[in-house]
Amino acid sequence: MKASPYLVLALALTVCFTLATGIEPRAATWSNRSKSDNVFSMLFGDGRRLFANQFFTMADVYFHSGYYPSIFDLREEGTKEIVAATHDQAEDEEQEKKEDFLGKPKDWIDRFGRHFHITEHTHLEHSNEREILPWLRLAADMDPQKIETYTVGSYFMRQHLNRPREAEAFLREGLRNNLNSHEILFELGRLYDENDHDTGRARDVWQLALYKWSKDPEAVKDNKLAFEAITVHLARLEREAGNWQQAINWFQAAQKVSPDPNALQQRIDEIKKKMAAQSSPTNSQPH
Amino acid sequence: MNTIWALAGVVIKEMYRRKDFYVLFVLTALITIAAGMVNFFHDPKIVRYVKDICMLLIWISALLIAIVTTARQIPAERESRTIFPLLAKPVTRAQFILGKFLGCWLASGIALLVFYVFFAIITGSREQHWPWLTYLQAIWLQWAMLAVVIALSLCGSIISAAPSSTTTICFIAVAGILLVGGHLNTVALHQSQPLQTIFYTIYFLIPHLEWFDIRDRVIYDWGLVNWLDCVLATLYAAAYTGLFLLLTWLGFRRKSLNT
Repeated sequence: MKASPYLVLALALTVCFTLATGIEPRAATWSNRSKSDNVFSMLFGDGRRLFANQFFTMADVYFHSGYYPSIFDLREEGTKEIVAATHDQAEDEEQEKKEDFLGKPKDWIDRFGRHFHITEHTHLEHSNEREILPWLRLAADMDPQKIETYTVGSYFMRQHLNRPREAEAFLREGLRNNLNSHEILFELGRLYDENDHDTGRARDVWQLALYKWSKDPEAVKDNKLAFEAITVHLARLEREAGNWQQAINWFQAAQKVSPDPNALQQRIDEIKKKMAAQSSPTNSQPH
Repeated sequence: MNTIWALAGVVIKEMYRRKDFYVLFVLTALITIAAGMVNFFHDPKIVRYVKDICMLLIWISALLIAIVTTARQIPAERESRTIFPLLAKPVTRAQFILGKFLGCWLASGIALLVFYVFFAIITGSREQHWPWLTYLQAIWLQWAMLAVVIALSLCGSIISAAPSSTTTICFIAVAGILLVGGHLNTVALHQSQPLQTIFYTIYFLIPHLEWFDIRDRVIYDWGLVNWLDCVLATLYAAAYTGLFLLLTWLGFRRKSLNT
């Protein structure tokens, strides 16, 4: 008896299909790969974190419109300027000089070659900041635990691109991946305060950020500036809301870690003056 | 001159008969279009990353087309023995070299033109502006750079019999110059003697192909390069092209053609 090749093929396909339906649910439990909801984590595993730093650097390269040192150029390794921008740190003249990594041309080849390449230190502006976003998106996909990616992305979206809802969604995504991040909560508070003018929500989020900070031993030891930033913002918020005593309390808390406590003392004094001015007319009123 | 043009015409016909160009173009187009379709934070105006990816692919494709097409010219003629009737006609070896060079260079230029038209359409449709002069400079400088690369590959194909080894060596050399060539002086400064002298010698000897790479100016909208600098760079490329063609001719004129 001779079997038709079509029948054999049909039998083979049926056996394959039957086996697949039986094995597939079990195969899903053999490794963690199938649990991944991210194509990059499935492809690269933990190795993807190496790419995340590179993509984050690419965002900084785009922020400088291509004016960026190569591995051959000597430059002090410091905070990336896209990160510094989120802390509202303006560049001073000294910093600008440090960024001039090219220096003077070393020879005629170097001098002539500079006519074709970018030799000016500039930053993106006029909503062109949007060009850094693809790299931040990729960095977040590659390493969801890299907190700076979310805070930087959110800052540029809400501050320069007027897209607070996208910024909030990005921060929420960051928060889901980093439940205890006081940095993301702080940035979320800024969004509610500065963009939405929702004082109550901002206060709650910053207080939660402070709580998360206090529960992080590394941050308590090494990142006192984060504590200062949160408390100063809380103090400003309370001052604007007219809760002066509360504002003084926050400023006093910030003073304990601030590198410039005198500046904070001035603000406390100003509030105290206002409090005195408000209370004196009440006192002088005849009974 | 007619002989040189006739030889060049054959090379151009060969390029559009082969599949290399079409495969590379389709790959470039597919990757660029796929990258362009990705939605980042619902912002359709983000465009520079698409330009970046497309330009990188254009550079890689153009280098591949130029090197692979050139490296197989002379070995293929020798292997199929078509070089004997060709040189039996009144065609000198110098004309043969020049014809092959011109053909490869023009073929690369045509390919480059197609790639840049695609680039202009894709980026223009998103940016709504077409800086034609910047594109013209970019294509011209890249084409001038390809002249040096083609002459170098032609020279390599005289030395090495196998096109694959010529292609590999040329690709490594060109990629090395593009990535490291401009930084060799900085590296040399941090070396002790005699390494410092060796690095400096290489730095001053190699053709500085990285000058011709103005991708950053196109991607980040930095505008035009001074036209005088473009002319000087073209002369620089012409000098190195002439040098490599001369070396090719010197090696080829007394070379035995039997495989």
